[in-house]
Amino acid sequence: MSNNDQAATAGPAPASRQKTARKPRRSRIIVDFMGSMSLAITLLVALAIASVIGTVLVQNEPYTEYLMDFGPFWHEIFAGMGLYQVYSATWFLLVVAFLVISTSFCVYRQTPGLLKDLRRYNTQVKEKSLRSFHSSAEADLEQPQDAFLQHAHRVLKAQGFKAREKNHDGQTVIAAMRGRWNRMGYLLTHVGIVVICVGALADGTTLLKVNEWLGNLEVETRSVPISEVPRSAWVPEWNPSFRGSVEIPEGASANVVFLPMREGYFVQELPFRIELEEFRIERFSTGAESSYESDLVIHDPNRDEPLRHTISVNHPLIYNGYAIYQASFADGGTRLSIDAIPLGAEALQELEVPGRVFQEMDIPTPDGDTRTIEFINFQSENVVPLLNEEGVRENRQMGPSFDFRLMDRTGHGLYYRNYKRPALQEGAMYFLSGVRESPADEFHYLFLPADADNSLERFRTYLAMLHNPEVRNEIARQVARDDETVADEQNQAIARTTAELMGLFAEGGYMAVHNEIERRVPAERIEEVRDLMIRILHAGLQGLYMEVLQDEGVVSIQEEEQRFLEDTISAINAITLYQSPFFFHLTDFEHREASGLQIARAPGQSTVYAGSTMLIVGIFLLFYVSYQRLWIMARRRDDGEGTHVVMAGTSNRHQVEFEERFAHLKRWIIDQKPVGSDPQREDQNKNA
Amino acid sequence: MSVPHEALDFERPGFFRQLQLRDWAYFALMAAVAVISLALYGENMDRYDIGGLILAVGTSAWMGWFWRPWQAFSVIVGVLSLFGIWLYGDNLAANETNFWLNYIGSGQAGVMWMSVFLYLSTVAYLMGLFSSSDFPSRVGAAFAWVGAGAGTMALLVRWREIYLTDPTWGYIPVANLYEVFILFAALTALMYLYYEQRTGSRNMGAFVMLIIAAAVTFLLWYMFTRDAHVVEPLVPALNSWWMKIHVPTNFVGYGGFAIAAMLGVAFLIRNRLERTRPDAAITQRIPTKDTLDSVMYKAIAIGFAFFTIATVLGAMWAAEAWGGYWSWDPKETWALIVWLNYAAWLHMRFTKGWRGPTMAWWAIVGLFITTFAFLGVNMFLSGLHSYGEL
Repeated sequence: MSNNDQAATAGPAPASRQKTARKPRRSRIIVDFMGSMSLAITLLVALAIASVIGTVLVQNEPYTEYLMDFGPFWHEIFAGMGLYQVYSATWFLLVVAFLVISTSFCVYRQTPGLLKDLRRYNTQVKEKSLRSFHSSAEADLEQPQDAFLQHAHRVLKAQGFKAREKNHDGQTVIAAMRGRWNRMGYLLTHVGIVVICVGALADGTTLLKVNEWLGNLEVETRSVPISEVPRSAWVPEWNPSFRGSVEIPEGASANVVFLPMREGYFVQELPFRIELEEFRIERFSTGAESSYESDLVIHDPNRDEPLRHTISVNHPLIYNGYAIYQASFADGGTRLSIDAIPLGAEALQELEVPGRVFQEMDIPTPDGDTRTIEFINFQSENVVPLLNEEGVRENRQMGPSFDFRLMDRTGHGLYYRNYKRPALQEGAMYFLSGVRESPADEFHYLFLPADADNSLERFRTYLAMLHNPEVRNEIARQVARDDETVADEQNQAIARTTAELMGLFAEGGYMAVHNEIERRVPAERIEEVRDLMIRILHAGLQGLYMEVLQDEGVVSIQEEEQRFLEDTISAINAITLYQSPFFFHLTDFEHREASGLQIARAPGQSTVYAGSTMLIVGIFLLFYVSYQRLWIMARRRDDGEGTHVVMAGTSNRHQVEFEERFAHLKRWIIDQKPVGSDPQREDQNKNA
Repeated sequence: MSVPHEALDFERPGFFRQLQLRDWAYFALMAAVAVISLALYGENMDRYDIGGLILAVGTSAWMGWFWRPWQAFSVIVGVLSLFGIWLYGDNLAANETNFWLNYIGSGQAGVMWMSVFLYLSTVAYLMGLFSSSDFPSRVGAAFAWVGAGAGTMALLVRWREIYLTDPTWGYIPVANLYEVFILFAALTALMYLYYEQRTGSRNMGAFVMLIIAAAVTFLLWYMFTRDAHVVEPLVPALNSWWMKIHVPTNFVGYGGFAIAAMLGVAFLIRNRLERTRPDAAITQRIPTKDTLDSVMYKAIAIGFAFFTIATVLGAMWAAEAWGGYWSWDPKETWALIVWLNYAAWLHMRFTKGWRGPTMAWWAIVGLFITTFAFLGVNMFLSGLHSYGEL
């Protein structure tokens, strides 16, 4: 394949000729090294590997997370190498800088030769060197020299070549070339890359880092109110380029933006104040989000009137070079009206809790203790994909929900998610409350059955009565008396047992009942006794339920009433695992959302786009304009009137196609015969 | 020996004078399509829609002049797609009752036909490689045309189906993995057919169609196990006209890189056979190393050019949607890695004159890198581009 080298190096050749012309000076060596292909390729590879690291190691996580993942030893090393922010690490920027410098040197080194090459037709070429070209031809023609030259010029012109002719000692050399734009492609691509990198560097965090290094700035790592952030972490308005985010609740405003920096942040001042009037989530009919929108008001001292503008995803606001994007959303401190329903004897006496998302408050429990509730989040809509009865996918709207954590005095507690509306589950309605140990776990749900009015009234009544010892005793006596086949003493014994079992169940569910049986009964009889006891317990629970229904005025028990009892028993049993003395029932809310805005200033953007355009145009010139050179040397034949012709040509790429093209040119110029009209070949030639 | 100049054919007419009546007729048809579309729907189009229409029609007209088979292809596919859309009317359920839609003309049926014909094409090309006759390869090419046509029609009809499912959802069907795999299969087949026609060497198909068949297999698996063909609404971030140009441009890149890698495989096989069995018939039936090298370069060149445009378009879109033209999101970063890889490949070819097995191996490795950027990032890494997860 070495015979292709000549063609392949036709471009850079002038530079290498310069290099060997005289003894290299030191500066020349540096230029050669910096502009060398080996260095460039090495840097490209280094850049690629560094980039891979940045995608494998998740970037910009909180440092505590990395510490947990890698342990203190590796964390220290990774943090020191800047692997958590590879793309803004000093060494990474150095690689990019070197690539820019290397490319610049390459352009610097090649351009003079390249321009010279474009101007110089090289009519001084020697006959011998023409013969050594990969594509060359030689012939003796009968035609006189003048006529031949005239013909050759005509062919060259028609084929798009620009030609120069030189005559010395009866020997004429025509040097011709076409496709010079191809060489511009080289310049455009490489300059384009440099321009892109320079523009991107202007938009990076370099300026902040320099100021940090000079001691003008200091990263804030604590999560504190903005008023407590020291001035050393504030970046003044002069900062020309940044990209940060800020969360603004509805009705509030902000004139700063937070710039993430390693494990902390800077506070960037803005020359205007952004007020969020309203944040909206637009939805498709399925409930899936179709768009996020924020109604913004820009208060700028330089404006007579505030500017009102609605932004949405893919539609930012560009204001005075500051681009304001819709990036995320969160709760902005929704007000919650909550009934804390005690899950015990006081079940009918709810406690009104005025809550607010992100707030904490202490709640006295019925047993005289205190729990702290922390409101974490609120969601106005919950769309859950479910399979309906026919097995078809369908989205179910579960309505509003709120998340909270309930802690005891030691600060321990579980995470909960309660839904406002009862939800349909296998044909019946339930109030749902999810509980989990940590936000990383899945929720386990408590299903509290809703009564015919979609309220908790019946469940609460039942629960309160079950927790009342007097009611239990009364019910137990009634249930025992119903069985008239046994004697009175036995009735009383059964009544006592029933009441006791109901008491155990109320406090600790089935588990308490089992434990009590295990404690009192010899191991070999446990099973037999357990079955009996559960039957007695259920009879008592059923009797209590009849009482509740009677009070409500329900006379006949339908299937759904029976189901309600079973659900109630399951729920009371589950309450023992629920670990909350209350069911927090959301009765009302005043939704307040917050919009997460990303605000950026990127003065280098147009530079980057300009560089990109140069790059693209350059690539097309490089690939699709073929740079070809052709030499024709003609002299009078030694033996007579005819002409001796040597012809040679070269292209900087597409050797296969050029050979074919050269064959055509030879046929026209030397053989002076038509190539023939094979359209396929013609096309191929055209598009080579 | 000397002949009058008039008899020589070096004075070729200019580009426009080479155009025949059919070329102008095709241009007129494309212009008519644009005018009729504007007349019928212009009032519902914003300037981006109108720009998109003119870009699409203009591209098609230019393609028709550049490559004549495109004329017939686009007209047939266009007519069949319009027929399917017309049969639908406003009723999505029509595909259950109408014979044509149910078995041929709906998006889903089109994908099945595409799969069948691209598989058959692969088989035919493979038979052609091992047979002394040219016939199986010709059949392979014909099947590839039909497969590409069915795939293109499927996408066009699906576009309408998305609107029929819910008018508020409507978007161009290049928004998830299912849709872009259809695009990949059809587009890569078309690109291959172009190179086959330009070089006249049909036996490249046995190699190139393998990767297309692999893509079809993935598509079918994805469809049958994950219900990927079910139309879902678009996530807000993708709801942008940039998607219309960013995604298809990217897939010209992916298609070029895929073709190059498969030709790299062919190159290595031929290279080995030339050493071990130089006289065997099979050796001669694999295209020459020069041809393979040349087409491999052309495929990477076109792929690189379009991949560059796609990445720049992606940066411009990112500037609008994410607040910055470059975020070092894993997808962006891997796009950069793919770009750097092929940039290095091209540099080695241009400046060092590298040819031969090394470049063939490199093209194959390049496809693995590209595949990771295309699929692996969505599967293994999280980021802003996490659409179409597996």
